[in-house]
Amino acid sequence: MSQGSPQPVPQQPDLLRVESLRVSFGRSIAENTVVRSISFSLRPGQCLAIVGESGSGKSVTARSLIGLAGRYANVHARQLSFDGMDLIGLSDRAWRRIRGTEIGFVLQDALVSLDPLRRIGKEVGESLLLHGAVSSREELAQRVIALLKLVGVPEPETKAERLPHQLSGGQRQRALIASALALDPRILIADEPTTALDVTAQAHVLALLEETKTRGKALILISHDLAVVSRVADEILVMRGGEVVERGTAAQIFRDPRHPYTRQLLDAVPSGRPRGSRLSPSTIVRSPLQQMQLPLQSLPKSHPILLEATGLVKRFKGPDGTLRAAVDGVSFEMRSGETLGIVGESGSGKSTMARMVLALDEPDEGAVQFAGRPWTTLAECERRARRRSLSIIYQDPLGSFDPRWTVGRIISDSLSSDVETRRKRKERVIELLDLVGLSQALLDRRPLELSGGQRQRVAIARAIAPNPAVIVCDEPVSALDVSIQAQVLDLLGYLRDHLDVSYLFISHDLSVVRHISDRVIVMRRGRIVDSGVTDEIFRNPQSEYTKSLIAAMPRLVRDQQIGHSATILEEGIA
Amino acid sequence: MTLISMTGSDAVRIVAHHPIVWFARRIFSGVVVVWAAATFAFLIQCVLPGDRAQIIINVTSGNVGPASSAELAAINAKYGFDQPLAVQYGKYILQILHGDLGESYQQHRPVAAIIAEQIGPTIVLAIAALLIAWLIAILTTLFIAGRDNIWSKLLNDTQVFLATVPPYWLATILLVLFAVKLGIFPVIGGNSPIGLVLPTLALALELSGFFGQVVQNEFTRVLEQPFVTSARARGMSDFGVRLRHVLRHAALPGITLSGWALGKLLSGAILIEVVFARQGLGGVLVAATSSRDVPIVSGAVLISAALFVLASIIVDLTYRVVDPRINLT
Repeated sequence: MSQGSPQPVPQQPDLLRVESLRVSFGRSIAENTVVRSISFSLRPGQCLAIVGESGSGKSVTARSLIGLAGRYANVHARQLSFDGMDLIGLSDRAWRRIRGTEIGFVLQDALVSLDPLRRIGKEVGESLLLHGAVSSREELAQRVIALLKLVGVPEPETKAERLPHQLSGGQRQRALIASALALDPRILIADEPTTALDVTAQAHVLALLEETKTRGKALILISHDLAVVSRVADEILVMRGGEVVERGTAAQIFRDPRHPYTRQLLDAVPSGRPRGSRLSPSTIVRSPLQQMQLPLQSLPKSHPILLEATGLVKRFKGPDGTLRAAVDGVSFEMRSGETLGIVGESGSGKSTMARMVLALDEPDEGAVQFAGRPWTTLAECERRARRRSLSIIYQDPLGSFDPRWTVGRIISDSLSSDVETRRKRKERVIELLDLVGLSQALLDRRPLELSGGQRQRVAIARAIAPNPAVIVCDEPVSALDVSIQAQVLDLLGYLRDHLDVSYLFISHDLSVVRHISDRVIVMRRGRIVDSGVTDEIFRNPQSEYTKSLIAAMPRLVRDQQIGHSATILEEGIA
Repeated sequence: MTLISMTGSDAVRIVAHHPIVWFARRIFSGVVVVWAAATFAFLIQCVLPGDRAQIIINVTSGNVGPASSAELAAINAKYGFDQPLAVQYGKYILQILHGDLGESYQQHRPVAAIIAEQIGPTIVLAIAALLIAWLIAILTTLFIAGRDNIWSKLLNDTQVFLATVPPYWLATILLVLFAVKLGIFPVIGGNSPIGLVLPTLALALELSGFFGQVVQNEFTRVLEQPFVTSARARGMSDFGVRLRHVLRHAALPGITLSGWALGKLLSGAILIEVVFARQGLGGVLVAATSSRDVPIVSGAVLISAALFVLASIIVDLTYRVVDPRINLT
């Protein structure tokens, strides 16, 4: 079912035809072209994937197909037709008859793509009401329940009454898909439908899309991640800078990528590469580290225990007033120089544990020892002096920077006060920027003026500035495109090899954790369900849960021997 | 959590989160606020400069000049000023609990009766102004906000202008323009509905500027949210999205402001009533303050506090209806 070869149905005419699509923004003089000359066609039962990093124009292309490219967008095409109907210059009224009924559209992150103030059932039933597909309240309710059932939302009757934030990420996304499928459109466009989801939820959504395809719908799937589309796509367009750099059947693209950029995207997928190998092409670290006078931490090389957590428990008050253990008796130790990976779905307690390790939250039970000395049990004033030895890199660097500060100030702020003079501090900041592969021209930029990858590099520079012994990386690459993710992972690997630093690496993405970690802990519902040496865990997982997580990992088609969708575990933690 | 395994403390927690319990708590804290206001009003009477008995004699007789000690003693005995403060306070609170706000020095009538007959027009004015302000803010936002045209810019500038203009100035301008020059509305409205139009507008326009800015800001922000695109992709019209999705989000900060707005309107109404020579609490309060008719003033303080509490409870309830995400805590 998931072989990459297309199944052309010659009798079927093209449902959608796009020829020389060009989209630009702004008015004549300052026109900014984001999509240049894109052509493709789509038949029923076929899945076309458009792959590229953010800014490549893939989302704009998708939105142009339903006439929602944006207020200032100028859409031109030699041909843009749906089932023989010309879509160019359609009035808004005519577009509205097509949207939802003929072409369904699913956006990423259902938490913000579903109206947060409306009940799920109401959102799902909206298209039915809009296009007059139901005649009574009872019929509407029945249809909504049937739709939720179709996309596999458990307990549809109760879930229909919930608000989006009360559902798990996967359920939400499926409800969003249900709302797009409500009127049985012939084309479904999904823009990054799995990006915000963890592996199991991702597997569910992909299975659902695949099933939609087999029901004869035409599917357009937009993603930055080739591994995600490899399972469903028949044909793939690789986009970069508004242009298609490579196109072909999925099998062609995965076996024999022609364009260097396609190869780069394929290489960036960690699950497709040997562990610890380089994921990004260019040499990202420019200056040889040996020349730099970084006072490296002089820890003994015999790998002493650096962090030791015993019986950590943290409870939070739930919305109904009951106490819930977010972390429930977690013990582990981490040795100097090693990277300890922590995997789990959202809600498994990973981040809560990280906060306790950083002594930002006090554990309700248990304690963390740092470098053989008490840590969480200390008074804050005693701890402060040693806080510099523990740094953190967050998922969203933008949120962790003061938006008014310049890059120089952000990094300089976490330098040790031993660096006294202004000039020395500046020199150090430039050294650090260099180390993370950023030019010193960025010194006076502010976070909003940086790209996502640059921001994460600044965050890394800030984390290594005080020469920490441990860096807690909390989902450091989850918000990044695969190609940027690859560069950041490479950078982290490089720094670990050259600075004496250990990572506590937290991620929901198994392939990322597998790539960078020496040892792995698998968490579920606040407990450790599996732990051990990385290769051992992935080759021979002990718990059923780990097995199901590994099975749900998105892989490139070329790595798949047998069907992998056999194991889909029960719906994740609510 | 199932009912069977529910322990005693769990049951307590569930009860504590019941809407009725929340409401009861809210009422209780409201009562505390009113009580604090009453105490404040009482203490103000005591620390006001000048002998209270002397003031009463002056207010009643209209004479200035010191009264004889016999007269003073009689007044002190009548009002209980010779008793200890604690006893006076106790009696005062007890009176309030019986709905007795004291007697006006000047009019020799119960304060409660005076306020009751004057407060009606003021409340009508304030609520009318609030509704009109909301209506203006919603309609203009719904049709104009977030569109890239000259109307949108004009609306924005108008809102800022209205929000910064003092209402009594606006009232005068409206009065001169519509009543004196054009003669559309009466100069002195009395209590007829047509006479309500100009005072209401004078109050509402300023407030609509405030609301408009707050609602419009949120509105344009929400218009960019992905769920708006989602709704559009289902085939909803631009106006439909504005009405059914965006407006609800944009109204939230406006609802929060309404509690504050009602207080502002009540105090604004007092000025406007004087400008338009309307019947209402305004005239009474101005007269009472200038003649130091303390019971009326402190009675008005108490009533305002109660109205404020009531308004904020209504605001909270409305917020809960509009935003179902709010947990009962």
